[in-house]
Amino acid sequence: MGKIGLIIRREYLTRVKKKSFIIMTILGPLLIAAIGIVPVWLAKSNETIRKIQVLDETGISEGQLQSNSNIIFTYLNSSLDEAKENLKTSDTYALVYIPAGQDDNLLVTQRNIKLFSREQVSLNVKVYIENQIEKQIERALLKSQGVDKELVASIEKSVNVNMKTIPLDESPAKDASYDVELSTTIGAIGGMLIYFFIFLFGAQVMRGVIEEKTNRIVEVIISSVKPFQLMMGKIIGIALVGLTQFLLWVIFTAAIYSTFMNTVVKEKYSADKIEMLMQNSPDGTAVEDIDEIIENQQLFERVNSINWALLIPAFIFYFLGGYLLYGSLFAAIGSAVDNDADTQQFVLPITVPLIFSFVMAQTVLNDPTGTVARWLSFIPFTSPIIMMVRLPFQVEVWELVVSMLSLIAGFILTTWLAGKIYRTGILMYGKKVSWKELAKWLRYK
Amino acid sequence: MDKPLFEAIQVSKTYGNYQALTDVNIAVQTGSVFGLLGPNGAGKTSLIRIINQITAPDSGELLFKGKRLNPNHIKDIGYLPEERGLYKKMEVGEQCMYLAQLKGLDKREAKKRLRLWFEKFEMVGWWNKKVEELSKGMAQKVQFVVTVLHEPELLIFDEPFSGFDPVNAAIIRDEILDLSKNGATIIFSTHRMESVEELCDSIALINKSHKILDGKVTDIRKQYRTNTFQMEFKGNILSFTTALWTGFELLEKWNDGEHCKVKLRILNNHTVNDLFAAVMPVCEIISFQEIIPTMNEIFITTVQQTNQERAIA
Repeated sequence: MGKIGLIIRREYLTRVKKKSFIIMTILGPLLIAAIGIVPVWLAKSNETIRKIQVLDETGISEGQLQSNSNIIFTYLNSSLDEAKENLKTSDTYALVYIPAGQDDNLLVTQRNIKLFSREQVSLNVKVYIENQIEKQIERALLKSQGVDKELVASIEKSVNVNMKTIPLDESPAKDASYDVELSTTIGAIGGMLIYFFIFLFGAQVMRGVIEEKTNRIVEVIISSVKPFQLMMGKIIGIALVGLTQFLLWVIFTAAIYSTFMNTVVKEKYSADKIEMLMQNSPDGTAVEDIDEIIENQQLFERVNSINWALLIPAFIFYFLGGYLLYGSLFAAIGSAVDNDADTQQFVLPITVPLIFSFVMAQTVLNDPTGTVARWLSFIPFTSPIIMMVRLPFQVEVWELVVSMLSLIAGFILTTWLAGKIYRTGILMYGKKVSWKELAKWLRYK
Repeated sequence: MDKPLFEAIQVSKTYGNYQALTDVNIAVQTGSVFGLLGPNGAGKTSLIRIINQITAPDSGELLFKGKRLNPNHIKDIGYLPEERGLYKKMEVGEQCMYLAQLKGLDKREAKKRLRLWFEKFEMVGWWNKKVEELSKGMAQKVQFVVTVLHEPELLIFDEPFSGFDPVNAAIIRDEILDLSKNGATIIFSTHRMESVEELCDSIALINKSHKILDGKVTDIRKQYRTNTFQMEFKGNILSFTTALWTGFELLEKWNDGEHCKVKLRILNNHTVNDLFAAVMPVCEIISFQEIIPTMNEIFITTVQQTNQERAIA
């Protein structure tokens, strides 16, 4: 084993054996899974049932406002003052008041509808009630034009547009559909992972260098190996730690997720249950449920439509490229300072492009083939995140090639610069270093 | 003893505007103990780092056994820096193995040699301890072992005794002498001049990036002789002084109760015999010895001298 191999081995083993690594390896997937599962679970447990009273002087609602799992409509026949008094004392959440107008013009009436409540009404509730009333007004207007009410209801239920987008340059034989929602999600997750990995492990490189410097072991080691070897050994060793952690996370997350899907989701949408729903609902009330089930079954198909053979190697490439680029800069910073507290002034300017590309990810998601997206995926400081965001969408081959080559050129340049700063920095103690000073070190022989 | 193991020829090094070394020449003879001396910031550490190939000189040549110094020589050099340390969270044994392998020892050989040294220094129980559990002195011992483990031909010790209590410092001094006896060449950088006289065969004195003095310790001390002597005698000090003629300069006189003592310099071409002839009639001589300047005095006078010269120029 070469000397650089020995260094990589030490950097890798000491980190992998640490308690914090083991804890993070176990906690990471739990956290990721929690991000997926907790909102679902919270939404379920947080369903406080809200009673909404309706005082309808016009009769347009016809008692047809649809209650859902957490909003229940009840109808009143009292006067408005009585109803308001009642609202103060009862457990009713809010009171909808639809006043009778001078004439029967519903378009005038709709502007006078009021919602009374003791406390601020949540936006969800307000929007839901508005939707319900709008639907009733629509129906009433259609009816007044002679359209059958039942017909309208059944049409409303059966209309549901969900377009498949199909890229033109795909060969027609593959009949590949192309899933914008899923691509967006995967792009966002990929970009975010790269962002966190670069920050997490870049900072580890920096702390490792500072540790060696403050421990004063660095001079002992560089009398045996070249400073550049020590720096690269550390960077590569930590990269391997990152890849190991990533791999373990993927495995554990997949295990947790599939367990969750098998126990909770499968039970809800088992084939038997679909059958049962179909048979027991001749009136079509179960149609929405069945739609949901079909959608879930299609998920497998949708996931398959993503080009994983491109995405996974690309993720590894952009993670490594971005990490090498930023990691070497972090190493340079670590070598230039005496302790963690002094790193601030250098860390911020270096991480600005990283934070910038994280912020720009939203823009890129909205227009993944636009000019901004294209240029940001060519600049090595932003390309790791931006390209990961773009990749689930169609990216032309030449763009990918240019982006990868420029990232390679980028990290070669930064490691070269970092190596020069590092060489001088690790032997420099008790000196407050400025940017000017760093520039001077670059010129030392 | 004639062929130097290591030679630096006209070595210069600058850091930006700071001149660290200016045309320095040194030659370290095989098997000798070579003292590299100088005040703080003189350029000693710069030179040592160049010998260890940690940094490269701007100009000048470095020869190891007559060949240009190159990375293959790393395994032939052992270095104990002044600023030293170990990975605090790493276990002692594991760490020694790591550092030994970095110096090019294979695993089995490293383990064998480590076992011997651990027994010798009574540190067998430390193998599985983390470095942070050791005292400073204990860690220094580990560091010493790591430095010499690969049995290099050239050993460089930068202030090796700092951080050791007197007992352990003596152990380390004996080990260094042992290594020297077994053929290792040693470069030894220190401020402690008494250890220079004790250990070093020859020295080089560096001040403000220039080498200002070098040679064998005995030669240098002779060269700096000032013909000063100390004499102890029984008799009247007044009659002793009057007996001296112009050929001698009385520097100091005192009475320790029992005997009189004087420090004096013999001037011009006069000899010790002349002195004796002059004073014997008036006193009874008890002891007489030459005062040879210590390395400490030589160090201070030469450094001050060159500083003054530089200030004038």
